[in-house]
Amino acid sequence: MQLFKDFINGLWNENPIFRMVIGICSALAVTTSANNGIAMGMALTFVLTCSSIFISLLRHIIPDKVRIPCYIIVVATFTTVVDLFMKAYFPSLYEVMGIFIPLIVVNCIVLARAEAFASKVGPVRAAADALGMGLGYTWAITLISMIRELMGAGTLFGYQVMSDSFTPWVIGILPPGAFIVMGILVGLINMITRKKVKDTHCQ
Amino acid sequence: MAKELFFIIVSSIFVNNFVFSRFLGNCPFLGVSNKTETAIGMGMATTFVLTMTAVAAYFIQNYILVPFGLESFLQIISFILVIASLVQLVEMIILKVSPALYNAFGIFLPLITTNCIVLAVALLIPMSDYNLIESIALGLGAGLGFTLALALMSGIREELEFADVPEALRGPAIVFITAGLLSMIFLGFTGLVPL
Repeated sequence: MQLFKDFINGLWNENPIFRMVIGICSALAVTTSANNGIAMGMALTFVLTCSSIFISLLRHIIPDKVRIPCYIIVVATFTTVVDLFMKAYFPSLYEVMGIFIPLIVVNCIVLARAEAFASKVGPVRAAADALGMGLGYTWAITLISMIRELMGAGTLFGYQVMSDSFTPWVIGILPPGAFIVMGILVGLINMITRKKVKDTHCQ
Repeated sequence: MAKELFFIIVSSIFVNNFVFSRFLGNCPFLGVSNKTETAIGMGMATTFVLTMTAVAAYFIQNYILVPFGLESFLQIISFILVIASLVQLVEMIILKVSPALYNAFGIFLPLITTNCIVLAVALLIPMSDYNLIESIALGLGAGLGFTLALALMSGIREELEFADVPEALRGPAIVFITAGLLSMIFLGFTGLVPL
């Protein structure tokens, strides 16, 4: 039951993108098409889950004073794994995502979960929490990227959905579109839950 | 040479502003853009660290990683560790040399390690094959662009506090929408320099 609660938490209540508004750099940058959104989400979920499990296992060994550098090394190792994997097997996706795969190291979500959760509980709960957070991130950025792709190109996952007479709103795939779609979505989710998003940032 | 440097700096401040068109450093951009004073302090501290990082990244890439053939799998780890220790070092030096300066922007320094602009600049240098001077120009330009973005946003947010924003959009939502409009303005700089 506790495990299920930990898992669900990241999906909605503490959704990293819409509720906590952390780790948004990649959420804005790579969401020009739905495929990119899903790929980025999976990459982050992998790094987050593996590093949460490791940090949780090492929580009695890591000295308190140097914990942040230790966390960063663990995260950087798994990020390198994803980076090399994507470069080798999905070169075209890797090309589009550019430096945002290596930048998972400094993604606030990963360090925030390590500091706030994984360093305090056992590996199983840490894994449940990390999976929930990762999937919460994935659905959020997939939603953003679907809206942007539909607006900017009239397609979804690369398939044409709008009729030929649809004039694409190019702004959708340009940088301003990312900010505006994100702002409106955060606003809508505030309206649904009737609760103001707390001003909690990683910084 | 001077012309290329000018292009790199102008390009990273206006045309490819790191916040508005490359989406880097959004966390501090949202977090510390409440007041103009803190925004400028944060911007200055980041610019300083970015310039130092550019130098460090250039030397690590060209004199350690490449000669030993480690650049493909140790790049991320070594850059992030060097950035973290560099920030610590800068903090210690400033505290010793000028406590007044430390009071002005010392509190921002620990936050800079996790600012993705810093790692991004370090990674962009080997990617773009810049030489030492060009790397410094990139770091400086990125920092100035970030400062400009923070200063603009904080000015607007100080005014926004008195505006009648719809309930649901208060907080981060309206900041995103404002950033979108600012980003649209920055699109107007496209084609300013041939880069």
